[in-house]
Amino acid sequence: MSHEKLFPHRILPVATIMLIIVAIWYVAAILMNAPFQRDMDQRGNVVTGEMEFIARTLAQPKPILPAPHQVAQNLFDNTVMRSVTSNRSLIYHGWVTLSSTMVGFAFGTLLGILIAVGIVHVKALERSLMPWIIASQMVPILAVAPMVIVVLGAIGITGLLPKAVISTYLSFFPVAVGMVKGLRSPELIQLDLMRTYNASTAQTFWKLRVPASIPFLFTSMKVAVAASLVGAIVGELPTGAVAGIGSKLLAGAYYSQTIDIWAALIAGSVLAAVLVAIVGIVAGLVNRAMGGRPA
Amino acid sequence: MSLNENSFSVVSAQKLGLTFETGDGPVHALSNVDLEVKKGDFVSFIGPSGCGKTTFLRVIADLEKATSGDIRVNGMTPEEARKARSYGYVFQAPALYPWRTIENNIALPLEIMGYTAADRKARIERTLDLVNLSGFGKKYPWQLSGGMQQRASIARALAFDADLLLMDEPFGALDEIVRDHLNEQLLKLWARTQKTICFVTHSIPEAVYLSTKIVVMSPRPGRVTDVIESTLPKERPLEIRETPEFLAIAHRVREGLRAGHSYEE
Repeated sequence: MSHEKLFPHRILPVATIMLIIVAIWYVAAILMNAPFQRDMDQRGNVVTGEMEFIARTLAQPKPILPAPHQVAQNLFDNTVMRSVTSNRSLIYHGWVTLSSTMVGFAFGTLLGILIAVGIVHVKALERSLMPWIIASQMVPILAVAPMVIVVLGAIGITGLLPKAVISTYLSFFPVAVGMVKGLRSPELIQLDLMRTYNASTAQTFWKLRVPASIPFLFTSMKVAVAASLVGAIVGELPTGAVAGIGSKLLAGAYYSQTIDIWAALIAGSVLAAVLVAIVGIVAGLVNRAMGGRPA
Repeated sequence: MSLNENSFSVVSAQKLGLTFETGDGPVHALSNVDLEVKKGDFVSFIGPSGCGKTTFLRVIADLEKATSGDIRVNGMTPEEARKARSYGYVFQAPALYPWRTIENNIALPLEIMGYTAADRKARIERTLDLVNLSGFGKKYPWQLSGGMQQRASIARALAFDADLLLMDEPFGALDEIVRDHLNEQLLKLWARTQKTICFVTHSIPEAVYLSTKIVVMSPRPGRVTDVIESTLPKERPLEIRETPEFLAIAHRVREGLRAGHSYEE
């Protein structure tokens, strides 16, 4: 019942913004591709009307800014029209990136939770670990990623794992910070209550701190899953471009296949949106199972 | 009353003091408090904020440590008493866990204390009935009114075998009508369960209506200024609050509070 109410309310604003973006995109594509087209036309002694000129700016094979329909066409060709085992299939490349994203996300979430549990229970860990954790996120990932790939490659670890390591590196942080906050979220009165029962630290942890931290966990997991995807894509850039969304981006850049780059970008964004949405749906289900008030 | 005189002392404090060290110097939350609470008593602590009534309750519960004097709870130190799970504590707020249903909230102390599943079930049913919440066990806290939530938190404190019930302004956040109703229920519950109750309040009618003994306290330093043994009968309909006897006790409480206040100024 709430779905019927929610649906148009959600779709309409998003669709409006989408239309505006597409409109701006077309105008920008025309303006940015026009100088090159004018050059070409001049050299080829082609004289065209205004409308045809615009049509030609939107149909270049290697435009500076591809038009939305070019990107859409490319996306369609490389997903629906191609077998998923093909090297040119975006679904294939998406899957390569997705698998390392998921492995990295799982490890990152686990690591983040473990760090948070440690920090909440051991005072010394907070002081010793926290500055390092924060410092770790200040290092530009683009600088670290190639080193991770090279070092792991030198000891014979290649393929999915090095990329997953980078995803883990990016995704543990939001989870750790969120879970420290979540595990500390019980109010004093709730902790006092546990004390009056003479509850053990483990009982307080499992019966109070963990359930209280669940909403924080899902909020940070939404950030973490997106960061994992970025990590996986960044991890694919220096691997010699074998497969994955990142390799498609790199290959597109090498050969000035701007349409390919944009298609890969869109595919990456769709993947990110789907991942975040899945985390959101799971969060909603868990919230309902935990007696949460329907929003 | 005569029965109580030879009764077992549940809480016994001698020259109890508690000083908080703060940035602005020491704060004397409690000073020289002498008090006896006998088994079966209903003792109210009344006084303005800062008089240490909640602090005293928290010392009994081992949520604060006294810095001087001596206190025994069931003949033990507060820490031993807490570890022996000698008391149930009802806070100002219901403090129900939002992710647990009402019956699972009541089950919380039972799970921690290791009661069997069958025993838990029987106790949940019994205590829900005691606070008139039968049929609400499967609801989540947010589905209940404030008064019902506080009753659920009382049920939670009654679920395990503790003879002492510590209540810290449990009805402070509720409106007058709900509060009257809950006071009446609390007296019935007290009669049925034979528990010893320590009850913190800042309402004079509430203190007089409920108690066998009223402890009047005053602030800076937090101390006991008067202890009034109630002469009201054990059976107390709400109308008893209009009787001269009731008003006389209320008057004495008010005098005690006023005396404490003039000292402060």
